[in-house]
Amino acid sequence: MASDKEFKWIGTRPPRPDGVDKVTGRAKFGADLYVPGMLIGKVLRSPHPHAVIKSIDTAKAEALPGVKAVLTRADFEDRESELVPAGEMMVNYRDIVRNVMAREKALYEGHAVAAVAAISNAIAKKALRLIEVDYEPLPHVIDAVAAMQPGAPILHEDLITDGVDPVPTEPSNVAKRVEFALGDVEAGFAAADVVIEREFDTQPVHQAYIEPHACVASVAEDGQAELWVTTQGHYVVRAHCARLLGMDISKIRVTASEIGGGFGGKTVVYLEPVALGLSRKAGRPVKMVMTRDEVFRASGPTSGAHMKIKIGATKDGKITAGEAELIYQAGAFPGSPVQPGAMCAFAPYDLENVKAVGWDVVTNRSKVAAYRAPGAPISEYAVECVIDELAKRLGIDPIDLRLTNAAKEGTRAAYGPKFGPIGLVESLEQAKAHPHYQAALGPNQGRGVASGFWFNIGGETCASLIVNEDGTTVLTVGTPDIGGSRASLCMMAAEELGIDVDQVRPIIADTASLGYTFLTGGSRTTFSSGMAAIDAARDVVQQLCERAAKIWEIPADAVEWEDGYARPAGANAGNFEPMSLAEIAAMAGKTGGPIVGHAQINAQGAGPSFGTHLVDVEVDRETGRVTVLRYTVLQDAGKAIHPSYVEGQFQGGAVQGIGWALNEEYIYGADGKLENAGFLDYRIPVASDVPMIDTVIVEVPNPRHPYGVRGIGETPIIPPMAAIANAIENALGIRFSELPMSPPKVLKAIGEMAAAAE
Amino acid sequence: MAKNHVTTTINGDAVEFLCEPEDTLLDVLRDELHLTGSKEGCSSGDCGACSVLLDGRLVCACLVLGVELTGHEVETIEAMAHGEVLHPLQSKFIEHAALQCGVCTPGILVAAKALLDKNPDPSETEVRYWLAGNLCRCTGYDKIVRAVLDAAADMRGS
Amino acid sequence: MIRVVLTGNLRRLVGGAREIEIEAGTIGQLFRALGARYPGIGPHLEQGVAVAIDGEIFQDALLEPIPPGAEVHLMPQIGGG
Repeated sequence: MASDKEFKWIGTRPPRPDGVDKVTGRAKFGADLYVPGMLIGKVLRSPHPHAVIKSIDTAKAEALPGVKAVLTRADFEDRESELVPAGEMMVNYRDIVRNVMAREKALYEGHAVAAVAAISNAIAKKALRLIEVDYEPLPHVIDAVAAMQPGAPILHEDLITDGVDPVPTEPSNVAKRVEFALGDVEAGFAAADVVIEREFDTQPVHQAYIEPHACVASVAEDGQAELWVTTQGHYVVRAHCARLLGMDISKIRVTASEIGGGFGGKTVVYLEPVALGLSRKAGRPVKMVMTRDEVFRASGPTSGAHMKIKIGATKDGKITAGEAELIYQAGAFPGSPVQPGAMCAFAPYDLENVKAVGWDVVTNRSKVAAYRAPGAPISEYAVECVIDELAKRLGIDPIDLRLTNAAKEGTRAAYGPKFGPIGLVESLEQAKAHPHYQAALGPNQGRGVASGFWFNIGGETCASLIVNEDGTTVLTVGTPDIGGSRASLCMMAAEELGIDVDQVRPIIADTASLGYTFLTGGSRTTFSSGMAAIDAARDVVQQLCERAAKIWEIPADAVEWEDGYARPAGANAGNFEPMSLAEIAAMAGKTGGPIVGHAQINAQGAGPSFGTHLVDVEVDRETGRVTVLRYTVLQDAGKAIHPSYVEGQFQGGAVQGIGWALNEEYIYGADGKLENAGFLDYRIPVASDVPMIDTVIVEVPNPRHPYGVRGIGETPIIPPMAAIANAIENALGIRFSELPMSPPKVLKAIGEMAAAAE
Repeated sequence: MAKNHVTTTINGDAVEFLCEPEDTLLDVLRDELHLTGSKEGCSSGDCGACSVLLDGRLVCACLVLGVELTGHEVETIEAMAHGEVLHPLQSKFIEHAALQCGVCTPGILVAAKALLDKNPDPSETEVRYWLAGNLCRCTGYDKIVRAVLDAAADMRGS
Repeated sequence: MIRVVLTGNLRRLVGGAREIEIEAGTIGQLFRALGARYPGIGPHLEQGVAVAIDGEIFQDALLEPIPPGAEVHLMPQIGGG
């Protein structure tokens, strides 16, 4: 098993193969492609948060010299309401076609209503101004709780709440109710010595990748199409575009550019079907790039939520019951991540009695998209705050309280099955023993702890490993590299082959060059593409042994592979000089043909990742500013293939969480329009906002991966918000139940506390 | 609607181009000259992904107009390496894994170079405040700051 | 015979039962057997259900064998970001 092996590459820190391209500016991202004859595409967006689109007149735009194509709802075939597998996910194409291009109604400010392709940016912008749209504005609702009330403006006349009995006869804005429960929470609360109940509010926050959405589409007269796009999943983009444009999947070849951040926000389509549609009409390539304003207004943030959490425990700290009610707003179409939010809320705890109810509610805002462990940061934030309050009330150390109730191997999760081997206890124990936990605190300083959980996924994954004539190799995978995964994948192939890691060159294939591979997300890439790379490498090793056997004229099972060499498997096999990979490769053409290994799997057995964060803050009572003084992430990686990139995920997720905790939020006016659609006023953490982020990699191997790998990319964003809220409480004695805990709110609370004291 | 004809110096080379009055230096670099190393993250001077040096001074290319360039010199990420030899900052970024997606990296490298040209021995705080105009969403800045401090030490010969 | 445990929303489609006993040797056979016994559940199984077999979660794995006596949980499919 992984822990017994002495590794040559696994656990080391070689330079990443694409490093030079990235530090010289040579690497090509979505907007970096220029093709001859290219047109510029631009989108006309609704200025109203909710309006009937009575008519769209594009005649003047079409007549403008330099305009080569105009697209509206008339150019997209309507789709029935139907959940279909698109790639790996269940999507409702009726909603997707409407989000890509509004049909009956504009459902949020920024909703795409029409698009043009012209020979220059300036002409495209002018053409948009010539499109006449007759809107009938309707009352709008942007708050989820308000949207649930009788009398709220209805977004979809046919939306009947799923998951309630009796089935409603009238439409509402409540798309779905979900429930996960074990045991009897009422009995559990009755048995408790202390019960704490709190309500929490969070706002939508955006993934805020630095690179806006961008693509270049080219459709030929025979319907064959090429698409260059920045995406986490080019096979998924292919599936959506083929469906929306009525094309055979084999007719679209999608190439993933380098991607400048995704975090879940680039797992869906916005511009791509529009660019293809424009190109098809114009007969020329069309490039479309979102402005930052468009990214904020028209691409999905994650949900804001209103939550009620209730936890009961006996005096000795044993939790007897946990209950959560979660209302998440989905934006304009159903599909908030309230379901995984409900499943994860109490996941770190071994509870006999637990109940989580979730509501998916539509509102006149942009449709939410996945954001790093979708749904879980929101619900786990609320639960981890109440756990902290419970610890305070009982006089128990917050880490000890978590240890008393921690999920372990064999614990039954609230969503049903029992956990296999997991690393929560290890992360808690190492947090408690860490020097950070003992460090002294000064005035107005406080310390907070929180834990987090995410499932992680596997999924369909292919890999191909080509042996070149000189013994170097090319590893082809289908998962775009958003964080440096190329390095880890090459290391795994090199480990199996027994060769130097720089003899493995990684390529990310386009959709026509490798079998279907699900997107980069769900913390699946190092796990799944890793598994496929290992399988492909083992396939190559087997072929190399067979080839050596043929050359030596001995049976195939008499040859073994060791450290990059084929050697006879024992004295009886014969006295042959070992052959290196390069030597066999040089003879491959004359001994049967090229040696290529491949794997095509649906990776199962992804292990969950638990983590615990420690944070020290200082609150400035005059400005309300909360400064993060010290931060430590302790998280289970199963087996860290390239520790630098594991650390990087821990640090990046933690800082996104810091932004979520202290400053990030979507701010709307009463007119239903987004007021902070730019990086100045939607302020993400900058370098001077944060300290060094210390990391501890816990390794409880995942028995289902050849090296013990667990996905780790998503869990780090889950603990920070509660850890910081708990630290602020520790510093000030004020418990916040709203995010973000921005300076105006902190100041106000300090003022109220001072006033109450007088 | 006539375009402006501009003559300037970019990365040491004499360059001529045509541009609209409203085109920014970033538009010119990318769309006219195909120097796509400088990235567009926001077009409002908030993210720093388009950081370049204008007469040795750190600026956002999206806040400079193309027509302003006559008689000036621009240095972009493309000039940071010399032939096959990477600048110490570039090497240290790779060594420290100071990049994940890499889209903010050119801007941060140009900004960091501008810092070290001015202050060869910055403190961690000075590095953080100097780089506060360069947004990174992937790394949390930790390894970036370490890489800059290490490159600075290297360049001082320490 | 295997024991199948369902989460809240799926329970409504099997008359409120939390646990069911049914014959099935693979996940695909399980879906067919459930669909035959409870008309109406079929589309929901197609709509994205993950299956945990003795604690290990499988998604889109119709051919995965289910050992006799295994504890099987049906839960919503998990994505990611």
